[in-house]
Amino acid sequence: MPIVIFELPDGTQRKVTADAGTVLMQAAVSNGVDGIVAECGGNASCATCHVYVDERHGELVGPPNDVEDEMLDFTAAERRPTSRLSCQVQVSDALDGLVVHIPEEQV
Amino acid sequence: MSAPGAGSGVVVVGGGQAGFSVVQALRGAGYEGPVTVFTDEPRLPYQRPPLSKKAHTEPEGLGVDLVPETFYRERDIDLRLGEYVAAIDTAACAVTTGSGERVPYEHLVLATGARNRPLPVPGAELSGVHALRSLDDALAIGRALTTARDVVVVGGGFIGLELAQVARARGANVTVVELADRLLSRAVSPQLQEHLRQRHERDGIRIHTGTAVERIEGKGGQVCQVLTGQGPLPADLVVYGIGAAPRDELARDAGLAVDDGVVVDEQLRSVSDPRVFAVGDCARHPHPHADGLVRLESVQNAIDQGALVGRRIAGGAAGPYESLPWFWSDQGPVKLQIAGLRASTDEVRVVPGDTPERLAAYAFRDERLVAVETLNWPAEHLAARRLLQQDPPVSPADLAGATLGALARARRTKEVRA
Ligand SMILES: Cc1cc2nc3c(=O)[nH]c(=O)nc-3n(C[C@H](O)[C@H](O)[C@H](O)COP(=O)(O)OP(=O)(O)OC[C@H]3O[C@@H](n4cnc5c(N)ncnc54)[C@H](O)[C@@H]3O)c2cc1C
Ligand code: FES
Repeated sequence: MPIVIFELPDGTQRKVTADAGTVLMQAAVSNGVDGIVAECGGNASCATCHVYVDERHGELVGPPNDVEDEMLDFTAAERRPTSRLSCQVQVSDALDGLVVHIPEEQV
Repeated sequence: MSAPGAGSGVVVVGGGQAGFSVVQALRGAGYEGPVTVFTDEPRLPYQRPPLSKKAHTEPEGLGVDLVPETFYRERDIDLRLGEYVAAIDTAACAVTTGSGERVPYEHLVLATGARNRPLPVPGAELSGVHALRSLDDALAIGRALTTARDVVVVGGGFIGLELAQVARARGANVTVVELADRLLSRAVSPQLQEHLRQRHERDGIRIHTGTAVERIEGKGGQVCQVLTGQGPLPADLVVYGIGAAPRDELARDAGLAVDDGVVVDEQLRSVSDPRVFAVGDCARHPHPHADGLVRLESVQNAIDQGALVGRRIAGGAAGPYESLPWFWSDQGPVKLQIAGLRASTDEVRVVPGDTPERLAAYAFRDERLVAVETLNWPAEHLAARRLLQQDPPVSPADLAGATLGALARARRTKEVRA
């Protein structure tokens, strides 16, 4: 099962096991990673699951979908080139070793 | 002698969205005392929104889980599933469970949620008539929907309309019966009520507003028809969602102030006892965007109130409760989102979106934007949430011909330049 690393704004890292076929947000929430609020439970409604994919992995994860792309313009923390909503990122074995950074603010 | 309850930690009554948020924030903010959660449902805390947006016969299909059991174990949270709190003794700072156990507390958090108002008509007890609040309710409805042909939904509120779309998508004949003259009568602006009605009717859902359900009739104990002010409707499944009432009886019996919810101050503490907090659906609280006290039933409210109280008890920074209210409801193809609090006297302006499926309604009070309702337009909803929390307030003139999205982008650019 792929291992994903969430890096908090203070630089600490949380290494968690994600299940292929679920979404990245779920891996953070099930493991109690702080800073992924996910108010809407993965419904692409709230943008409180914002992450910055590490630049090295930007291409691996790919670009946001259309609705997500629009939403990312209004996240609490600034948008960056590799911003994604983690509830819209499907986990697959290819993501093993992925590093994502958690922004300062979500709400 | 130390104060009653000193050192005995936090007791949370209710393991729903708000209770979960309390304990998550407590441990997240480094609270090290004992934490105990009593919840009368025999399962791990879960989220309710999927219950009315999907139909399944197995829990896995609904995807309601918040966190696995290990989350609580690793954080030393004593989760007492299937255990009911029967009484609070505020003088001694202790609760008594249904089985008679006495558990002391230093801080008590009431997160007891709400219960559905019962359907007050003859026949409501027939098999095939369901309320919808718990996972078990949803699974029972999911099972019934595998064979139901004629579904009657009583109540044209959020839950009723969501479920009507779910049933319709399964190919059932669906009729929504609503007593008021409009759908979602107090929840959204009149302009949107009409729009939503047309959307649902276009999908083949029949809607009878201004119509009372008089009785429900059955054959051999199983529902077969619903008698309404406009005549009988055949039914093999009836689901009702006619509002909820806060579960505030524990607080009332303990002598705490209640008024359709546990009355709390801006710190979410009971106005009668500073050691007791109330959060989520069961709390009636002041809010900077409301005249007087409000009680809100939403995931945002449950999460943000729970988090605030958890942080406060842990000794972290926590000002008054003033999170911007927001809400969503997925009604089949329609994603409705609301930001802010609207009053019936607000002036509402409806603006079409950039695609035919999209729409926004902007509500103004005293020349300032106070609430925004959107259909299928999450970006505009998010822009509303940003702008409603910023100064200066948005005036009708700011919005002449523009969307909030455009305005938010323009303001951001200005900030960056400044
Ligand atoms: C079908 C449905 C769909 C919804 N959809 C949406 C939506 O799309 N968007 C949205 O924002 N909101 C939605 N909501 C509302 C949202 O789910 C609630 O506002 C939220 O769950 C409130 O959280 P809470 O913790 O206050 O209450 P609850 O989640 O109801 O939890 C309270 C818990 O406390 C337990 N309890 C009560 N009294 C006691 C006692 N004495 N002892 C022990 N345990 C006790 C209850 O059994 C319950 O498990 C929906 C609600 C329902 C029912
Ligand atoms: S969890 Fe709400 S948008 Fe991702």
